[in-house]
Amino acid sequence: MSRNGLLRGGLFFASLISFPFLTTSQWLTNMFIFTLMYVALSSSWNLVGGYAGYPSLGHAAFFGFGAYFTAIVFQNSVGNGWPPFIFLPVVGIVAALLSIPIGYVAMKTRADVFAIVTITVLFMAQSLAFNLHAVTGGAQGKGVAVPPFDSSTYGRPFYFAMLALVALAMGSSMYFRQSKIGLSLSAIRSDEDKAHGVGVQVTKVKVVAFALSVGLTAMVGGIWAYYEGFVYPQFAVDPLITIGMVLMTFLGGRATLWGPVLGAFILVPAQQYLSYQLGANQFYLLAYAGIFLVTMLILPRGILPTISDKLRLKKKQKEALA
Amino acid sequence: MHLVVQALILGTLTGGVYALMASGQTLIFGIMKVINLAQGAYVVLGAYLTMSLFQWTHIDPFLLILLTTPILFFVGAATQWFLLRPLRPADATELSLLVTFAVALGLEGLMSVMYKTTLRSIQPGYENHSWTIAGYQVNEVRFYAFLLSIAMLVILYLILQKTKFGRAIRATVQNPMSAQLLGVNSNLVSAFGFGLGVATSAAAGAVFGLITPFNPGSHYDLISRLLTVVILGGLGSIGGSVIAAMVMGVGAALVSALSAPVWSDFTFFAVLIIVLLVRPRGMFGAKVRGAL
Amino acid sequence: MSALLRVENIVKKFGGITAVNSCSFEVEKGSITALIGPNGSGKTTAFNIITGYLKADSGTIEFDGKKITKPTPASLYRAGLSRTFQQARIFPELTVLENLVISSSFDWKQLLGMRVSAKDRIRAMTTLEEFKLDKLHDLRAGDLSYGQRKLLEFASVLMSNPKLVLLDEPTAGVNPVMIETMEKHIRDRNKAGVTFLVVEHDMQLVMRLCNPVIVLDHGAKIAQGAPEEIQSNPQVLEAYLGS
Repeated sequence: MSRNGLLRGGLFFASLISFPFLTTSQWLTNMFIFTLMYVALSSSWNLVGGYAGYPSLGHAAFFGFGAYFTAIVFQNSVGNGWPPFIFLPVVGIVAALLSIPIGYVAMKTRADVFAIVTITVLFMAQSLAFNLHAVTGGAQGKGVAVPPFDSSTYGRPFYFAMLALVALAMGSSMYFRQSKIGLSLSAIRSDEDKAHGVGVQVTKVKVVAFALSVGLTAMVGGIWAYYEGFVYPQFAVDPLITIGMVLMTFLGGRATLWGPVLGAFILVPAQQYLSYQLGANQFYLLAYAGIFLVTMLILPRGILPTISDKLRLKKKQKEALA
Repeated sequence: MHLVVQALILGTLTGGVYALMASGQTLIFGIMKVINLAQGAYVVLGAYLTMSLFQWTHIDPFLLILLTTPILFFVGAATQWFLLRPLRPADATELSLLVTFAVALGLEGLMSVMYKTTLRSIQPGYENHSWTIAGYQVNEVRFYAFLLSIAMLVILYLILQKTKFGRAIRATVQNPMSAQLLGVNSNLVSAFGFGLGVATSAAAGAVFGLITPFNPGSHYDLISRLLTVVILGGLGSIGGSVIAAMVMGVGAALVSALSAPVWSDFTFFAVLIIVLLVRPRGMFGAKVRGAL
Repeated sequence: MSALLRVENIVKKFGGITAVNSCSFEVEKGSITALIGPNGSGKTTAFNIITGYLKADSGTIEFDGKKITKPTPASLYRAGLSRTFQQARIFPELTVLENLVISSSFDWKQLLGMRVSAKDRIRAMTTLEEFKLDKLHDLRAGDLSYGQRKLLEFASVLMSNPKLVLLDEPTAGVNPVMIETMEKHIRDRNKAGVTFLVVEHDMQLVMRLCNPVIVLDHGAKIAQGAPEEIQSNPQVLEAYLGS
């Protein structure tokens, strides 16, 4: 890691760690919790959708899995409030293991069919959440026990848990960039047949990336369920969560460390503001679609790659002149 | 036994409607290699359009199709022209998928704003009539819907086989490069083809609205079934997707009659996954040859 | 001399067309063998079958004394058989250096290690220096010129220490200076023990560089021999000139 990179990361996390001690405003804390949630989600999505170039539309299924898993285990009691957080690694590992056969099958296909298979996984999960009454409570949802946290700093534990997942997701992203797994994924994204032909262990790295990505996603779902205190199928397994992850990653820049972070920091506050201003829920579906379309058409590569391309071009021109 | 035959009748009738919806989607794939995730949303849009026009004019929903079809044609052509055409070829496959997903969300949002999310249905007054033939119920509307779907499929077939435009489309499907060299304007063909594919959802929407209550979120149910049907039928092949739609229609009706309705969707998904497992890219292999 | 690659009676049909028709030939260890023939004679198809990119309808392939039952590009690559593509298939989004690193097969443990370790770098840079691409090591491979890409692809397939390299038109579309460079690298590597099988349209180059020359026509071998023999072989002349 370069010194600049370390500095940037250090500053980013230092300011996020100190943030809750600077304000007790509940709506601000709430907004930051959701922002961090999407930073973690899109950074996780980026592992598969960005680095490997496999646009999964099914991540919300694993988010929902984590949410239900946590809600079901802790529906009656959360003890002193901390066990659900301590339990999170279990949620992540189970989701990751569960995803291995799914990823294995889905990744036999290429980009567009892959998207279809994963969106089907999402629909299946949705259907299960609504119909497996005995497990999920169906449309009535599932409640999580209320933690005995102090009301003035109620959001703090959730905030720090989300921040920890952000660190984990960004750490994984960083690791991907600097390891041969990441190199292999870049090669796969570039030309998968050729990569296979030169002995890159295509299937293995793809499945590992998928498992890590959805494991992290499920953990975020677990915190979300705990924070919300109630899990309804239409919100836990929501295509909007998938599209949020995809959109934020696209906006900031796929296959970059900071792109998903930037995307989430732009869109989540905007979304909160929109729903506050417009009130009606339905409007931000429209706004979302609008932003998405504009991003695709104007900034198909995302903010950060577009900027770095411009810089690269400038440098090249300068060299040519010199 | 009675149950099974009844399910077969229902499944065949429903399958016909799905065949119509899927033919539009598979046509779009055949021409542009775009998997249109908004096809379900267009169908729901067709349903709302028909409902509004019916409430306003009291013209029979089946007749209103003459009006809604051109509207949806233009909506579809505009989608392709303004949102898909500008994409860079390098990442068009991936982006077009997400663009159509965004279009689906946008339409869902738009319809939610205009119609709220309560379940609606089109009620011309005869929607609950049915005939009893040899002890089996045949719902009148479903029967008409089936006939209409077949008629529309025949019209689609004639357009593709007998018109100059149809020939241009088929040429593009078979060999985009040489079609272009021979002077087929591929942008125009794409816009027309996309329009045509979306136009099928006018009729499909009308009959969907007649046989099922719907809300803006219904497009998720539709698209999940449609994707299964078009993949199963071999993307790009209209004949294949008609057969797949009938098979799935009957299969789903049987499952819901013999176990529970909620599991009928599961049959769709399970079949899709199995098909992809057995022939991961094979479905694409079949796409160009024998298409249309 | 022993055969490194032995192709026996391979057949490949596309629909009604027979692209490769009971084709048999051998590539001797240490040779630079050419595979030539008029357009549509089945060279590329044969190439794709040998490298596992296409499945033959029937016939056997033996590499390095072992019969290959289920050839895939990956398994052949690990066994020491690698190829280049006519259109120079490189990874445009990776840097020049990374293109070499990714092409040296690695195991599970290395997969978790550094993207480009110090050891990788030294090895890759040595090869890049040999090809005079070392100054460009940090560039995106996609920014290279066409000729440089061909060189890069050639350099990268050498990273897995192959026994046999199949070159698909190594000099097609590149300038004369680059042709000489390419020729020199092939000779150098051949001296170092690498066997080559080359499909090439530039007959002067073939006659200079290769021995033996195998001629295909209508999917079958019609002649094999030293360049001079081939040049005067009536069957070959007929195949090329048509009649």
